[in-house]
Amino acid sequence: MHLTCVEFPTEYKRYISRKVSLIISGVVLLAILFILSISLGAVHIPPAEVIQTLMGNSLSKQWDIIIWNIRLPQSLTAIVAGIGLAVAGAVMQSVLRNPLGAPFTLGITHAAAFGAALSVMIMGTGVMQSSSASAVKIIHPYFTTFMAFMFSLIATGIIIGVSRIRGSSPEVMVLTGVGLGSLFTSATVFIQYFADDIELAAMVFWTFGDVARASWNELGLMTAVLVLSVVYFMFNQWNYNAINAGDETAKGLGVNVDRVRMLGMFCASLLTSMIVAFLGIIGFVGLVCPHMVRRLIGDDQRFLIPGTCVAGGILLLASDTAARLMISPHTLPVAVLTSFMGAPVFIYLIVRGYRR
Amino acid sequence: MMLEVNGVAFNYRSKNVLNDISFEVNCNELVTIMGPNGVGKTTLLKCMNAIFKPGAGSILIENEDILKLGRTEIAKRLGYVAQRSDSNRMTAFDAILLGRKPHVRFNISEHDLRIVNAAIRKLGLESLALRYINEMSGGELQKICIARALVQEPRLLLLDEPTSSLDLKNQIEILKIIREVVEEHQVSAVMTMHNLNMALRYSDKFIFLKDGLIFAAGDRDDITPEIIEAVYGVTVGIEHYQGYPVVVPIN
Repeated sequence: MHLTCVEFPTEYKRYISRKVSLIISGVVLLAILFILSISLGAVHIPPAEVIQTLMGNSLSKQWDIIIWNIRLPQSLTAIVAGIGLAVAGAVMQSVLRNPLGAPFTLGITHAAAFGAALSVMIMGTGVMQSSSASAVKIIHPYFTTFMAFMFSLIATGIIIGVSRIRGSSPEVMVLTGVGLGSLFTSATVFIQYFADDIELAAMVFWTFGDVARASWNELGLMTAVLVLSVVYFMFNQWNYNAINAGDETAKGLGVNVDRVRMLGMFCASLLTSMIVAFLGIIGFVGLVCPHMVRRLIGDDQRFLIPGTCVAGGILLLASDTAARLMISPHTLPVAVLTSFMGAPVFIYLIVRGYRR
Repeated sequence: MMLEVNGVAFNYRSKNVLNDISFEVNCNELVTIMGPNGVGKTTLLKCMNAIFKPGAGSILIENEDILKLGRTEIAKRLGYVAQRSDSNRMTAFDAILLGRKPHVRFNISEHDLRIVNAAIRKLGLESLALRYINEMSGGELQKICIARALVQEPRLLLLDEPTSSLDLKNQIEILKIIREVVEEHQVSAVMTMHNLNMALRYSDKFIFLKDGLIFAAGDRDDITPEIIEAVYGVTVGIEHYQGYPVVVPIN
């Protein structure tokens, strides 16, 4: 059939540019927050000097060390991890058509925690020490990271495997995730029961998600995976929009629903697993952030994905800065703060009903 | 010939649902598939769209075999309006724009936006264009789903119970729109429906399914009380009012 073309919808164009400007304001806010986050701390560095130092002008040896070795990697890690967790959550919610789809609710983070606990048990990698940074240290951090990563991939694999057998309906994936979450939690408790006090401390310590853990190398790796995943997600924005309209409508529009869902879940899980493996469990960013953005700019994936990226960066960077300053000179792992925010939002979601 | 369905059969988990279904749809023709609940009407529509792969038979649209085409190619030829469509926080304009998906890889062109605007005009949805679809009524949402199928610029529309949850006014509006599109735009439509009188009023041809087979098919004049009684197990009479047959149940 042929529809006769009519004039260009200018009002729609205006509506779209409002959304774009909202996202751009978010980016500006993130940039300001970034400078502020580097500026604030036990040693205060004025924002203008922070910018100068970042541009390569060395103003003071002490400031150089603080900025380049401590605060810059921590702030960047907060941004990268925030973006990664939030965008993974947004994609999981979209492909599963479920507002509770998130790494935390799907048991992927629980699996990572089990992997980390297992590594501490097998290698005996936990020791007590009396450093100012932390009371407990993990001797082979890469082994622990590797184990956490492997187990979160196993959890993803099981979810995808079960949905291959039972069909990749949203219910199957979410219910399998809930089952896995409780399985890995009980397995972790089992290991913890047989651990001595030092091992137990190391296991628990690992679960406190903290963006200060990452080095430049790890940050680079996380950024690379993040960029690839976001490009992939953006490329599939229309597929996700179609799936949101219902599986059958999406199939009628030419979308290979099962494949898009599987690959979307795989990419989102990979991204989350890596962040959790390097930094520990940072709960609820993946759940809270996409919902806030949905309220602001709607469910259209063309804007939801970039919007969630910006909001995720802002949320985790702001939380981390707050966590650093709250009980200064001591610092709090950011996960403690984000978990506090998660519970009220969870309850809010239930009160409002399950519809997005 | 727009569509040819030849000997289509479909089994669902070893249960035989459809058997040797054959019929044809001409250009500018509206065909309604009827039959009791669970007889396989929706299944047949899904087979025609290759959402379900038929166990046997072929489906030709303008002499091309659907089952040999890729999903996107099918979507360029067939617009499918599902029985239920999920609503979310998306504007009506964006929800309709989604129908351009088979023609778009990444970027929306000005041409796409103009076509969407044309469909909005056609269905009189101007005042709703920038409202969120999760705030709309069932009738409004159904019109948006139809508009979405129209901007696919298909050769054939498949509609699964397009009026099932609508009030009388909305039912008539939707069927008039479908009728108008079929008459004006070189497109055919196949729909499923339970309301016999609405079907008799607006469709050109009818197919009655019973026990997985086509029990009867034809135009208005071919429909008899005996066919309806055999298919639905209800005794009815058929009266005529202003030239249209009206089915009336008798006890």
